[in-house]
Amino acid sequence: MWKFIHKLASPPHFYGLAAKIIPWFFLPGLILIFYGLYGGLLLAPPDYQQGDAFRIIYVHVPSAYLSLMAYSIMAISAGIGLIWRLKLAHAVAAAAAPIGAWFTFLALATGSIWGRPMWGTWWEWGDPRLTSELVMLFLYFGYMALRGAIDDTAKADRASAVLALVGAVNVPIIHFSVEWWSSLHQGPTLMKKGGPAMDAAMLYPLLAMILGFTLIFGALLLRRVRTEVLYRERRTRWVRHLVLSSAVEKK
Amino acid sequence: MTPRHQRMLAVGLTTAGIVLATALTLRALQDNMMFFISVSEVIAGEYPEERNFRVGGFVVEDSLEIDGLDATFEVTDLRCVMSVRYTGVRPDLFREGQGVVAHGRMGDAGVFEADTILAKHDENYMAPEVAESLATHVDQQTASLADYSTECEPQ
Repeated sequence: MWKFIHKLASPPHFYGLAAKIIPWFFLPGLILIFYGLYGGLLLAPPDYQQGDAFRIIYVHVPSAYLSLMAYSIMAISAGIGLIWRLKLAHAVAAAAAPIGAWFTFLALATGSIWGRPMWGTWWEWGDPRLTSELVMLFLYFGYMALRGAIDDTAKADRASAVLALVGAVNVPIIHFSVEWWSSLHQGPTLMKKGGPAMDAAMLYPLLAMILGFTLIFGALLLRRVRTEVLYRERRTRWVRHLVLSSAVEKK
Repeated sequence: MTPRHQRMLAVGLTTAGIVLATALTLRALQDNMMFFISVSEVIAGEYPEERNFRVGGFVVEDSLEIDGLDATFEVTDLRCVMSVRYTGVRPDLFREGQGVVAHGRMGDAGVFEADTILAKHDENYMAPEVAESLATHVDQQTASLADYSTECEPQ
């Protein structure tokens, strides 16, 4: 078991393996998103209260879910990197941050566009769900800024890992904010007690979008980790070999 | 204790400390974390008198009176009920039986003078036809919206 993990975590092995896995994430993800968009925007009936405006859910919910997922992956990888001094784990955390920040931005933007016609406001300061999600965007920014401010990679890894772990306390706060406090945001639909509170024709495209977004996220993450590994290992022999052999091939 | 175990302990204790500190802070700030207060709390007098606040609940059926931009209606949290007066543009989703969050302050006659109203929708999504066939469910909700006065006991 440990032998397998050590082999997986070795940069050259991971670099090659990730290249093989990426298409298996990317293509099914694309197909699921096409189905989800078609099913969600064209096939699903309009909502009994919100009409067609509810359809922004097909981007909003997957983005919001992945903003939390990316942060969890970042924080867990940072923790593993701190404890086991695993360089690959730090590379994963560094690679996850910008993708997570973009999904957070997407969740906030689509939520705002949705809130204007339905609730009657673009943004409400003081709402626990909205504010805690915005705090997470700033945590992502802080993480990336801290990493960028320290030249030494090992030091940057350790400092930013602590920030990632401290900020992780916000993840359950975002998730449970609508249950712990009163909020303009409604409670959970998919993870509601007694099953999802949604018609099947609306639900399946949404689940497809969530899975599709997750697979695309996986492909993007692996791609970014590969780049990160290549940069971090730029002075090693295997990277030099890799660069030289690809230069020879081009000739 | 190996260095790795020490690091594990340090990360674990730090995380536990942060969780505890955050939990205590949020507990202390409980009232400020609320986006709105319930009708029952307002009726019980638990609201700031000198400043604006938000109150949330459902618009009582058959209570909405509209005259141009002026609207008066009653709001209930299924226990207590209070009157709200508002002048301005109303959100599309604002209607009887629907969730609402009103921002403003208490007037002299016990009528809440709102300067902003926001519509709140629930977590259920369904087709209009399905909603119609569930009309019995809606009737039950309307019935419970009418029962409020029996349970509300102002202190």
